[in-house]
Formats: sequence, structure tokens, C-alpha cells
Amino acid sequence: MLVASQSMTAGAIASNFNTARPTVSKHLQILTECELLKQEQYGREIYYLINAKKMKEVADFIEPFRKMWDSRFDKLETIMKKYKTK
Amino acid sequence: MEQKTKIKAEEGQQELLITREFDLPLELLFKAYVEPDIVEQWMGTKVLKLENKKHGGYQIETSDPKGNVAFRANGVIHEFVPNRKITRTFEMENTPFGVQLEIYEFEKLTDDTSKLNMHVIYESVSQRDQVLKLPFAQGINMAHNRIQEIVSKLK
Repeated sequence: MLVASQSMTAGAIASNFNTARPTVSKHLQILTECELLKQEQYGREIYYLINAKKMKEVADFIEPFRKMWDSRFDKLETIMKKYKTK
Repeated sequence: MEQKTKIKAEEGQQELLITREFDLPLELLFKAYVEPDIVEQWMGTKVLKLENKKHGGYQIETSDPKGNVAFRANGVIHEFVPNRKITRTFEMENTPFGVQLEIYEFEKLTDDTSKLNMHVIYESVSQRDQVLKLPFAQGINMAHNRIQEIVSKLK
């Protein structure tokens, strides 16, 4: 969520969590390997930024499944509202 | 906008969690799961059997417009606590998806709102992922059928 608005260094990201810096770095490394984050080098610092395209792909994978349940539940809600007044 | 139906399916896990808040009192939400004629309405399926009790069984069936049975599923109810909890198995007949364990928890939020937590555990990670992909595949199939329909009209 943090990197959604701006790119940040590992240190800056770690300062937002109550977790040891190496743990945060490990997580960032995994997210980068999965291509959910991208790295950009500015001088000596590496900045992390969100790979929006990949994030969307991951969300899209279950989206039709979610929509199927969402419309089913919408239907349930509409049907049951009729029983409310009875 | 916040989504009403949320799905949590973590990578590499053989389970998923579906949560949904309803503008319905808890009793009405629960009723939608136990009365066969109501289940039929919102699930769009025919209920052949629904025994709402411990060790009870259920079976549902969907037919295509020509009347051929397109889908049949069944399961056993392991726990039935009115307005609170249903634990059951679910199996789609003649499919490779195996048996899934479903735990439904019904929760009262206010007098007029309620929440459903649906926890589903599959036999394996790959079976869970296959089931997750089903509506996606169906969407593509429907698109293909539609193309076929349009193309055949052009002939």
C-alpha cells in the first residue's frame, strides 16, 4: 500500500513497520521476484515501486469468481428483502 | 468503492475465504440457506434434497435449456446450528475437483444487517486454483459460443 503512492527505498518502507530491516528486505525481494514490485536505481539508492500491471493481473485471476458470488449474493439479498415485511 | 463480496485466496494455500455483508437480518440470511425453494431462486439450481441436520445430505441439479442435466452436486451436512453455523461437504459430480469442506458462519451485525463468512477447504492447492478459474473459463466459453453463433449466422 505504501509504494502505491510513491516509490520508496527499503529503509523508508521498513521504518513504517515494526519489523527488522532484513525481514522487510526479504519480503521486498520476494515481491520483486514475483514482479509485483519494480526496482529503480537512483545513485546508490534502490527505490521500490508498484508494478500496477502485474498487481491487476493477480487481482483479475479471481475477479470472475468473485463477481459470480457477488451477483449470487445480490440475488439472495433481493429475494430475502421481500420476506422482510412479511 | 468498497466491494461487498470479498475473497481471500492466498497463493499456495488450499483454502479460500469468502465474506459478504448483507442488508438483511441474520434470520433471513440463514433462511436463504435452509429453505429449498429459496435456495433454488438465488442459486439458480434445482434442489433435489436438503436435509438441514447433522448427518443430513443434500443434492442440487442444474439443467440446460434443453432439459439435459448440466451440473449436479451433493454433500453431507456435518454441523447445523440455526442462525449460526453450517459445516458441510460439497462435491461436483463427474468432475476432477474432488470434495471440498465448507464452513459457513452467520453473524449478526445489527438488527437489519448480517455477515456471512464462508471458509472453503479443497483437497489440494491445484484443485482450489482450478475451481477459482472456472467462472473465468466459463466466461471465455460463453464468448466462444457467442462468436460461433454470430459466425454461423453469417454463413
